[in-house]
Amino acid sequence: MANLPIELAKAKEGIEKIARSYGLDFFKTIFEMLDYEKLNEVAAYGGFPTRYPHWSFGMEYDQLSKGYEYGLSKIYEMVINNDPCYAYLLKSNPLVDQKLVMAHVYGHGDFFKHNYWFSQTDRRMIDTTANHASRVRKYIDQYGYAIVEEFLDVCLSMDNLIDPHSVFIQRKKITAEKNKLNEKKKNPFDLPDEKNRKETVQDQKYDFSDDPVKDILFFLIEHAPLENWQRDILQIVRKEAYYFAPQGQTKIMNEGWASYWHSKMMTEHILTPSEVIDYADHHSGTLATSPGKLNPYKIGIELFRDIEDRWNKGKYGKDYDECTDMREKANWNQETGKGREKIFEVRKIYNDVMFVDEFFTEEFCLKHKLFSFEYNPETTQYEVFSRAFSTIKKKLLFSLTNRGQPFIFVKDANHEGKKKLLLWHKHAGIDLKIDWAYATMENIYKIWKRPVYLETMVDEKGKILIFDGKEHTSKSIESEEAKK
Amino acid sequence: MSFFESKKIKSDLNRFKKIVRGKIKQNLKKYVTAQEMVGKKGGEFVSIPIPRVNLPHFEHDYEKKGGVGQGEGEQGEAVGKQAPGEAGKAGSQVGKHIMEVDVSLEELAEILGEELALPRIESKGQKQQISNQKEKYTGIRNVGPNSLRHFKRTYKQALIRNIVSDKYDPIDPLIVPIKDDVRYRSSKTTFEKTTSAVIIYIMDVSGSMGAEQKEIVRTESFWIDTWMRSQYKDIESRYIIHDAQAKEVDQEAFYKTRESGGTIISSAYALCHQMIMEQYSPANWNIYIFHFSDGDNWSSEDTIKCIDMVENKFVPNVNLFCYGQVESQYGSGQFLKDIESKVDSENVITSKIDSKDDIYQSIKTFLGKGK
Repeated sequence: MANLPIELAKAKEGIEKIARSYGLDFFKTIFEMLDYEKLNEVAAYGGFPTRYPHWSFGMEYDQLSKGYEYGLSKIYEMVINNDPCYAYLLKSNPLVDQKLVMAHVYGHGDFFKHNYWFSQTDRRMIDTTANHASRVRKYIDQYGYAIVEEFLDVCLSMDNLIDPHSVFIQRKKITAEKNKLNEKKKNPFDLPDEKNRKETVQDQKYDFSDDPVKDILFFLIEHAPLENWQRDILQIVRKEAYYFAPQGQTKIMNEGWASYWHSKMMTEHILTPSEVIDYADHHSGTLATSPGKLNPYKIGIELFRDIEDRWNKGKYGKDYDECTDMREKANWNQETGKGREKIFEVRKIYNDVMFVDEFFTEEFCLKHKLFSFEYNPETTQYEVFSRAFSTIKKKLLFSLTNRGQPFIFVKDANHEGKKKLLLWHKHAGIDLKIDWAYATMENIYKIWKRPVYLETMVDEKGKILIFDGKEHTSKSIESEEAKK
Repeated sequence: MSFFESKKIKSDLNRFKKIVRGKIKQNLKKYVTAQEMVGKKGGEFVSIPIPRVNLPHFEHDYEKKGGVGQGEGEQGEAVGKQAPGEAGKAGSQVGKHIMEVDVSLEELAEILGEELALPRIESKGQKQQISNQKEKYTGIRNVGPNSLRHFKRTYKQALIRNIVSDKYDPIDPLIVPIKDDVRYRSSKTTFEKTTSAVIIYIMDVSGSMGAEQKEIVRTESFWIDTWMRSQYKDIESRYIIHDAQAKEVDQEAFYKTRESGGTIISSAYALCHQMIMEQYSPANWNIYIFHFSDGDNWSSEDTIKCIDMVENKFVPNVNLFCYGQVESQYGSGQFLKDIESKVDSENVITSKIDSKDDIYQSIKTFLGKGK
């Protein structure tokens, strides 16, 4: 820890010990002190200073630094899921804030290491992103900045078309064998190119309507007529998308867990009397709620506390669930004392969807004054719609499922027998943004190079959107078909 | 770690800025949100939306999505126009992220200065006037009203008295001030000298100047005003509009009036000159004239008259005479050519503003010389 001032190095040592004494377990954690410019830069790159060049990172940086300069927002900390775990501290922060951040970081570190949904992530991601960047740079040298950037734009426009659950599935044998074949080749990315596409597609079945493919990026990598460097870039984008996916799947839990632990450690061990006010100010700022936005830190920490309390008092199981006397329920206490054990279990196996589905109770909803809101076209604003538990929970779960993204699948890669790509939007009550859907289809066309079809629903009617390389058309279909 | 050495974010940032300004990658231009810099002007503050370029994705339609919030509120009560979880105008734009920033006009001028690399304006000669008197509480007196009591000095006085009279006990230092110890703040009158400056805006409001042209003038003069105000402490603004006749108006009328009819530019120049001579003696004032027109003057005789006035009446007397020509579908734009070819003075700056995108460059041209 040569770069940390003695005061902080000491604090770090103490906090690490306290964290371990509570049973938190994390990779070796390295703290770096950065000034705000550097911190914003690292944050703009999603935590990886060595990422490939792209203007979108510049855009994030622009927003972060303007936000900081105008005094609107400030990043306190950044922590990277990696082994060793890297965490960044803002140089200008006072000591009490640094201590809070460190305690918070150890919470994240424990979560990264033990949460099931992170188990398949690349723990050497700092090196991996650096490798990705050098590959992208190599292609830039070879093909030119504009061409590579253009292609990255196309790939990044579909980086949500992945299937985060697929990393837990054993790949089909055929793929494994293919990978072995590839390993034997000198260039591991030397997958079938344009000339071989016909054969490859002939080997495959085209029609996936029984078992639609959700990992569209993987599908395109395997089957689209791409040059090797393009295929490699698409692989890079896919790999990084998978790395970040669990963070989207566990936002509430991860922040809730870290906040739970920083508040516990700070108030029980770390704070000196003179720091209490500053800590309280900062802590309440982090957990502040606003009407139009749900704060994941707040919901997360309160859910963990609620779970701990319920399992401490035995507020679970058949007897409790079947009890209809609200007063009895409120005063329920069987002194089971299993709270701490339970929250450790929860942080191990749950993700946000499961977490909310199981522990977001009517009592909790009422206590924390949650409501659902809807857009009112007449007043052109969002309005409080309902305080009914079932509506709120449904809405909350919807916003978390598939990280709030629409479900898009490949249904048929040889549509109408002409190698057209038929995608399918599994409509779950909300339409797609049509102008963006068309624009994304244009980008998919650039990769597939044959017409792209998208089966969806618009205003409760089945519709197929078509992009044939020149223009957009659409046709209606029977709605039962779309629902399938 | 070594990877912090480089500033590679700068090249990504530059690339992004070029996209926003439409210099490269025109195909992304349609995804640029919030290009205009002045959103609304509420009180002292101005919102500057920070632009983003969002790549298209398959996404849900935000307007139909709704969400979950937390806090008080009856059914039907607004939760704000902001989209859920997204800092953005709901659905009205392509992109979802438009961050709006409230900045004070002073900060805005600073940002503008940095962005355009504008030099500080050097005031012309010794044009100082005594502008205002100020009462400053810098002195101390033995008498005064209780509200001006100076506690620290009173305590000090009491402490001195205690020590001198040997009543001070370090173990139990109890100090009680008596009436003679009490000290009061007293005021002094100071005179502040400031440089005086006036901006005279002249706009052509003849039939050929449409709403779009006025919007350009409005935006540009807002920025000019903001910058000039940051440079001079007290500055006056005067507004003249003209078609075939010229008249002085207030700021609101200046931007909103739509006259019709022909254009006799010399009428405005004559009024402007009269204003300067009567109220703003060039010996005491820094004078700036900004004239916006579509460049379609009534007759070439009048243009000759105008050029004569610029050369002989304005150039010797003012810090700057700026002429901005706004493109309009009716205007011939001849006036700009005439003025450029016939007037040669570094106090005269001309600029052609074809569209909103040119405002940026035009401001830089006008104010870039630091005069």
